[in-house]
Amino acid sequence: MTGTQFLRKKKWTMTIVFIILIALTYGSAALTQFNLIDGLASIPATIAWMFSNLIPTAASFENLPKVLGRLWETIILAIVASTTAAICALLFAMLGAQTTQVNRFFGVTARFIASVFRNIPVVAWALILVISFGHHILTGYFALFFSTFGFLVRMFIETIDEASSDGVEALTASGATYFQMVVKGVLPDTLPQMLSWVFYMIETNIRSATLVGILTGTGIGYLFDLYYKNLDYAMLGLITILIIVIVFFIEFTSNSVRRAIS
Amino acid sequence: MATITLERTEQQADIFSRPQSKVAETVLQLTDVAKTYDKQTMILRNIDVALHKGEFVSIIGKSGAGKSTLLRCVNRMIEPTSGEIVFDGQNITHLKKKELRKQRAKIGMIFQHYNLVSRLTVFENVLHGRFGYKSTLQGVLGLYTEEEKQLALTILEKLGMQEHIYKRCDQLSGGQKQRVGIARALVQEPTLLLCDEPIASLDPNASKIIMDHLKEISQSMGITVLVNLHQVDVAMKYSDRIIGLSHGTKVFDDVPSRLSQFAIRDIYGTDVDELITE
Repeated sequence: MTGTQFLRKKKWTMTIVFIILIALTYGSAALTQFNLIDGLASIPATIAWMFSNLIPTAASFENLPKVLGRLWETIILAIVASTTAAICALLFAMLGAQTTQVNRFFGVTARFIASVFRNIPVVAWALILVISFGHHILTGYFALFFSTFGFLVRMFIETIDEASSDGVEALTASGATYFQMVVKGVLPDTLPQMLSWVFYMIETNIRSATLVGILTGTGIGYLFDLYYKNLDYAMLGLITILIIVIVFFIEFTSNSVRRAIS
Repeated sequence: MATITLERTEQQADIFSRPQSKVAETVLQLTDVAKTYDKQTMILRNIDVALHKGEFVSIIGKSGAGKSTLLRCVNRMIEPTSGEIVFDGQNITHLKKKELRKQRAKIGMIFQHYNLVSRLTVFENVLHGRFGYKSTLQGVLGLYTEEEKQLALTILEKLGMQEHIYKRCDQLSGGQKQRVGIARALVQEPTLLLCDEPIASLDPNASKIIMDHLKEISQSMGITVLVNLHQVDVAMKYSDRIIGLSHGTKVFDDVPSRLSQFAIRDIYGTDVDELITE
């Protein structure tokens, strides 16, 4: 095959993939009777509706302390769930990572357990757990804990395997014990990256906690659900704005902390 | 502890400036060592090697000849499939974890990629060399004695690293990193130093500094040095003895002056041979 032929073949492949994508989009739009033009055309009206209904009124600000209390509960829940999950995830990641695994059996088991927890979405966890724990803050806690745990184990394993196999070899060769090797050889090089992931999960969990709250009847999600069902759109607007502000704030803080420790 | 090592050096310098005597104490004896992963391709076979106190020995051979595997079989970072390893008068071939750890503490090792904990300081990395002598808790909490700290500082000074002691290792150049690697190995107060391609990632200037330090260590501290090398000329210049490996077999083991073109062809093979055998 000559160079020209090779390049031409590559171009053809790209073109065909592109055509298939367009066909898929068009086909599924036709099947579901979704009209892109109509969808786009309705956006201005939606925005107008949002601005006329979702703006908090003076009356809704009277409920501010109540909302802030619930919001605080949600933030704390997200932080507690993320940090406790991180501690458990660290133990599993040590067992599961290639460079630090004690033996292959524990390694595979740890990775399998983490994979199960990770592949069940947080919403499914909330719905399953609400059956056993009822509408209680613990339900939300465990739902966030399980999904965070599964995700963090995976991220921690990747961090450990990327960063530290060299130092591990040197320490083992000099007669260091397993725990000396982990604490002094692996953690110093991986902890900043791992903390970064924990911060990311706290951010994510504050968002998820709202959704989980709707399902489990706790935290800010409960209030959101309540006012939504009462058609109190001004209150909904207030809650939404507060959530956005908090998520921005957490993202900003975690970014600056991450920069400071790296 | 610090002072002991360094004073001992000078006394030993004396002993080893004399021509190498035939009765020099054997530090390492490998007998019929073999390694295979799948029982078909032998990475190493029938390796017999004896190293004496204060000797500087290079292992040369092509990539894939088994140099790294051989080096790692010595401290059992790779378990040999068969054969015996006697280190410092003790058969370590079948030692259990705890005893093996004790012996490893006496074997320093340096690496092509330095293998430092890059976010820690030079000082911390060097002190890691003491872990083999510590309980898990002492190591994890980083409890070092004054003597150990002094020893680390003296060694770093000897290697010309006194200005960089509190720098993080990721801020150092390759040559400096390798000197930290050497310092970490020396802090172990080793009997044997294993060096896996110590200069393969370094420029000629830094390579010379590192090789000079290694030579100095073998001569003045009486530490046996076993080095894997790619460069034949470097091996010729620095070694007391050269071991040639080809396809996992030892094909040469003698003083550098006996390394003829013939022997080199045995070790590296000619291009034509390559085409036929592989």
